[in-house]
Amino acid sequence: MPRQLGRRVGRFAAAHERFRLALELTPPVVWLVVIYIGALTALVVTSFFTMATDPTGLVTKLSTTPTLTNFRRLLTSASLSPAYRTVTLRTLQAAATVTIVDAIFAIPVAFYVAKVASKWARRGLIVALTMPLWAGYLVKAYAWRSLLDPQGGAIKKLVGHTPGHGFAASVIVLSYLWFPYMVIAVYAGFERLPNSLLEASTDLGAKNFRTFRSVVLPQVMPSLVAGSVFTFSLTLGDFYVNQIVGGTTEFLGNVIRRQFATDAPFAAAFAIVPIVVMIVYLFGARATGALEEL
Amino acid sequence: MVLSRATRIALRIFVALVIALLYAPLLYVARLSISTAHNFAWPPRGWTVGNWRDAMHEPGPRAALWHSMLTATTATVIALVLGTLAAFALSRHRFFGRNTVGLALVLPIALPGIVTAIALRSAFDRINVAVSSGTLAVAHATFCVVIVYNNVSARLGRVSRNLDEASADLGAGPLQTLRYVTFPLMRTALLAGALLAFALSFDEIIVTTFNVDGGYQTLPLWFADNFARPNKIPVVNVVATFVVLASIVPVYFAQRISDGGLRTAASM
Repeated sequence: MPRQLGRRVGRFAAAHERFRLALELTPPVVWLVVIYIGALTALVVTSFFTMATDPTGLVTKLSTTPTLTNFRRLLTSASLSPAYRTVTLRTLQAAATVTIVDAIFAIPVAFYVAKVASKWARRGLIVALTMPLWAGYLVKAYAWRSLLDPQGGAIKKLVGHTPGHGFAASVIVLSYLWFPYMVIAVYAGFERLPNSLLEASTDLGAKNFRTFRSVVLPQVMPSLVAGSVFTFSLTLGDFYVNQIVGGTTEFLGNVIRRQFATDAPFAAAFAIVPIVVMIVYLFGARATGALEEL
Repeated sequence: MVLSRATRIALRIFVALVIALLYAPLLYVARLSISTAHNFAWPPRGWTVGNWRDAMHEPGPRAALWHSMLTATTATVIALVLGTLAAFALSRHRFFGRNTVGLALVLPIALPGIVTAIALRSAFDRINVAVSSGTLAVAHATFCVVIVYNNVSARLGRVSRNLDEASADLGAGPLQTLRYVTFPLMRTALLAGALLAFALSFDEIIVTTFNVDGGYQTLPLWFADNFARPNKIPVVNVVATFVVLASIVPVYFAQRISDGGLRTAASM
């Protein structure tokens, strides 16, 4: 009986495009809308709550009366309050630096792998470049912590100077961690770039640099932007790396995490800042056609 | 574009340096795991297997490993079902709101980790669900869906729909077509997506930190809890090295699958 029923549903679905679409679309949409969009809504709702101290002054409890208290604390009339502005700008600076560093390293590497290396070498190189992604993110941050150690760390001993633990260390380690994402994205762009285009450019008299700037770069731009969504967003939302190698420097993530433990509504309000940043970033990325490549 | 010999050599050296840089920290931890020194002083001193023996008797990492496997498996299974369905719906139909659904799929990984983490936690708090291993799996599944979705829709883009029609013309029912035509074509894409989703969940810590109770420690959580304890340094080094070595297995399979996948695509 159930077998027959299955067959009947199957035949009906095959004949009715809309019914089939509904069958396929409902479970993922329900999950994402209920859970993820629901979660983002809960975050926004929470940002209007407060932690209120009861009359004895001893117990703090969540008050669900909606107020603008958190936003008054977070914002001045025109911008973010100075303390929160500093940490936001510092995080944005780190995210931008990490993205640029990764792009500078990824472009020549991806170009070599896609256009110069032999077919045989290409496979090995792709494995070599992606394998570190599987090796445990904390393991790598932790290894860097000891390599960068200001007392007896390897970099101090071998190079004579180490940035130690702080903002520079965080940027180095985050660039290291997200590099494979960038290189994979840029490689995909180079792979799609037909060799004949490069040859045509040479035939028309362009020197290598000119070909790179006028032909190669515009063609791989969407891939570069797609990779940058990862490097930028992952940096914006990270706090462990900073906790491990950042010394006393705090990023957005560290502040949100610390606040969440004692004042979840304020942390929720502050978390709206990176959401706005990423929405702006994604809109900018969409204009380049990069989102098709994510 | 004709590259001069010098440019080629310079590029090759640059790539070699980048790869050396990628692996140096991993090799360093591996070396520390068999060092007798219980600190990070350079150069690492002495050789021993004692650290590995000690680590095997530690109950913490073993329980954490099991918890990570369980969470990643559950999240991967959910993501496989939802991601595959979404890929079929979005690749094979044009409908109102299609772009919005596409955006909703990417959002859990496109938004910063800390946002996804406390958004999910706020939701569980608002509906009075205590965080547990269950909420953790739900949270992980949510950001794994897009991984499976990406792999399956990339494959669907390369597979012709004519094959489905041919199957129907030859008299196969829709379920037979699914089983004998569509599924075999999708198999390697599903496996690749599952491997990636599993790896993403296995290594995730930011969303994890907020969406599980203190008693349920995953491997990354165990790590975060122990790396700063001086007396745990040898065990931490061993577990770190173990994770790196164990990652060779999925990478090997991912590579084999991707070859198979390419061959399937090329033969069409």
